[in-house]
Amino acid sequence: MTELDAVFLARIQFAFTVSFHIIFPAFTIGLAAFIATLEILWLRTGGEHFARLARFWTKIFAVAFAMGVVSGIMMSYQFGTNWSRFSEAIGNVVSPLIGYEVLTAFFLEATFLGILLFGWHRVPRWLHVSAALLVAAGTSLSAFWILAANSWMHTPAGHVVRDGIAYPVDWIAIIFNPSFPYRFLHMLTACYLTTSLVVLAVGARYLLAGRFAEEARTMVRMGLGMVVLLAPLQLVIGDFHGLNTAKHQPAKVAAMEGHWDGARPAPLLLFAWPDEANERNDAEIGIPNLASLIITHRIDGLFPGLKDFPRNERPPVAPVFFSFRLMVALGTAMIALGLVGAWLWQRGRVFDTRWYLQLASHSWWMGFVAILAGWMVTEIGRQPWIAWGILRTRDAASPVAAEAVALSLALIVATYTVVFSIGIWYIRKLIQKGPVPALLEPPAGVPNRPLSAAQRAASEARGATP
Amino acid sequence: MTELDFSLPVVWALIIGTAVALYVVLDGFDLGIGILFPRFPQERDRDQMMNTVAPFWDGNETWLVLGGGGLWIAFPKAFAIIMPALYLPMIVMLLALIFRGVAFEFRWVAKPHHRWWDVAFAAGSTVAAFAQGLVLGGLLQGIEVRNGQFAGGPLDWLTPFALLTGCALVVGYALIGATWLVLKTDGDVEARARRLGAGLLLGLLGAIVTVSIWTPLAVPRIAERWFRMPDFAWYALVPMATGIAAFACWRGLRGGRPLLPFLSSVALFLLAYVGLVISNVPYLVPPVLDIWEASADPKAQVFMLVGVLILLPIILGYTVFNYWVFRGKVRAGEGYH
Repeated sequence: MTELDAVFLARIQFAFTVSFHIIFPAFTIGLAAFIATLEILWLRTGGEHFARLARFWTKIFAVAFAMGVVSGIMMSYQFGTNWSRFSEAIGNVVSPLIGYEVLTAFFLEATFLGILLFGWHRVPRWLHVSAALLVAAGTSLSAFWILAANSWMHTPAGHVVRDGIAYPVDWIAIIFNPSFPYRFLHMLTACYLTTSLVVLAVGARYLLAGRFAEEARTMVRMGLGMVVLLAPLQLVIGDFHGLNTAKHQPAKVAAMEGHWDGARPAPLLLFAWPDEANERNDAEIGIPNLASLIITHRIDGLFPGLKDFPRNERPPVAPVFFSFRLMVALGTAMIALGLVGAWLWQRGRVFDTRWYLQLASHSWWMGFVAILAGWMVTEIGRQPWIAWGILRTRDAASPVAAEAVALSLALIVATYTVVFSIGIWYIRKLIQKGPVPALLEPPAGVPNRPLSAAQRAASEARGATP
Repeated sequence: MTELDFSLPVVWALIIGTAVALYVVLDGFDLGIGILFPRFPQERDRDQMMNTVAPFWDGNETWLVLGGGGLWIAFPKAFAIIMPALYLPMIVMLLALIFRGVAFEFRWVAKPHHRWWDVAFAAGSTVAAFAQGLVLGGLLQGIEVRNGQFAGGPLDWLTPFALLTGCALVVGYALIGATWLVLKTDGDVEARARRLGAGLLLGLLGAIVTVSIWTPLAVPRIAERWFRMPDFAWYALVPMATGIAAFACWRGLRGGRPLLPFLSSVALFLLAYVGLVISNVPYLVPPVLDIWEASADPKAQVFMLVGVLILLPIILGYTVFNYWVFRGKVRAGEGYH
């Protein structure tokens, strides 16, 4: 096999592992904040249904977080195993950002998760709530650093390049590189939105089944409230992010819009089939001049088309074009779901409008797919660069034999498919079981507490029939 | 070379060395528990064993990320050689860690159909430990490097020596797993852990002695390093201390003291680690790349060092707090699930 095959396999492997990985943090970032909110509500109001919900979602969090951790360790090591030339060329600038992620976020969330999961009967309430807050802070800090590193690969700043190696000059400029604020807000909002949709869907499902009425209403209120707020906000943030991309990565925007000829205003294409060989689109359906209006804020504004870039500096058009459409379509659907829900809510009918609850209960996946589509847009749109203007992807891989990468890819696909499918199935199982009344008495056998006779008898009975 | 150019890599080598040592000890005992799983067939015992590490395993494994990440940050040239050279053991280790990591949660959700997650936990822990041993052996025996890049084949690491270090790490982790169980459990589990610990101690000592004889015979550079006066007088303290630690561990396993076996088995690990450091310092990729040649730009090292100096004490603080919250023996039936 040639070296190019090895690079191609390494790219597939990275795309596969990162796509699987992102599902879990995207969910747990929002979920950690939701659990912390529930615990604060519990602390302030004393409402036991908040405690039951917090415990219920904490179990789901634990399963999702474990999958996020183990798939994340794979990510951090792949920089070296599969992308050693990238590690060497960009390491001086990007690796400390990952280092700060480990030190400020990974240890924090991993350690306090222990207290969050197992500390219900071991620490006072306020400390348990603090642990929930620290885990939530950890997940968001993690997003901060990893998105700073990723954004730098899109819009490098604060560095110099000597002999193909990037050297840091100004750390503030590196961290707060031009695309970082937009990407960070866009992703964080996406995470919260994704989790809100899941919470809303689970609440709707229980209402439909007539189970856990009090908890279900709380979930619908909190989930829907967030969707109403965040879905339109995400549109605005996304627009700003797009403008920023137009300024710094014009070839990516041209691919997103399927825009070939920079000399003419661009229509907003609802559908098209990009034909890269002939540099045009087939079967175009679009609204004239609307893309120009969105990107330049002028009805006849011009922005560079794909033909303005040499072929070897264009990203693959079709995947970027279609992923972008998928993301925007899902975002629009989320806004609609929120608006309809808000209207029903305002009329006091949201908890018993069955068709709406049906719709909401089937919308849990939208955030995940939108996030994956969004990452496809931005990462494929960055090609052929791995670090924009500094290092091409094909020059970044490790000197590892293609056969070894093929073997690892096969092992990874097999493992991930089995393990993570089962994990997602277990999450479904936990949701079906629902927020069963929390065990407010400590289980038998917790040290530092005298056992009651009844507890001892129960524990002995359990021991006798394992 | 300015003083900063000399001392920064030394400081970073100490930091990464500490992170790796902490990883080996901390994840060592929770991997060890997985390795010992087949010896404890009762569900009740396995629940209890898992509960001794459940609040900690995630934090323990984060030291692995810090070790690998730290190597990339401070010594990118070494990172870029070691990772591709040990590609297959690394990937296998990471996959094994997936199986055993998710088992902590999946096992409880799956009950009563958790048998396969017991297998995943045991096999994942054993394979991860073995693969880490392969990585260690592969690194010690040398990597083929041309023009600052790995230039060997995908199976270069596969040698009898690497297989030996692989087995040694499995036995060693099982030993600290057993002594951890002595510390954290009671009843049957503790008694069995004490019995298993004695055999594992002999196994680990055998591995340490074999590596100590093998490496100076195979690598003249290592023989020269150790057997030169007056350094040898100092270095000889390491094998002597190893003997004392082994004796203390043996006594602790026989007698009633709960903490002594764990502390002395950790000491055994650290002493073996010190021995390997003495053999190979200052190389990161022995014998072709030392810490100064492998160093990142000083600006990157300083920027990260600031973070380490501020954050590492805080991390150690709350890690100790976490162990304190979950102190004492874990009894059967305890857990949050």
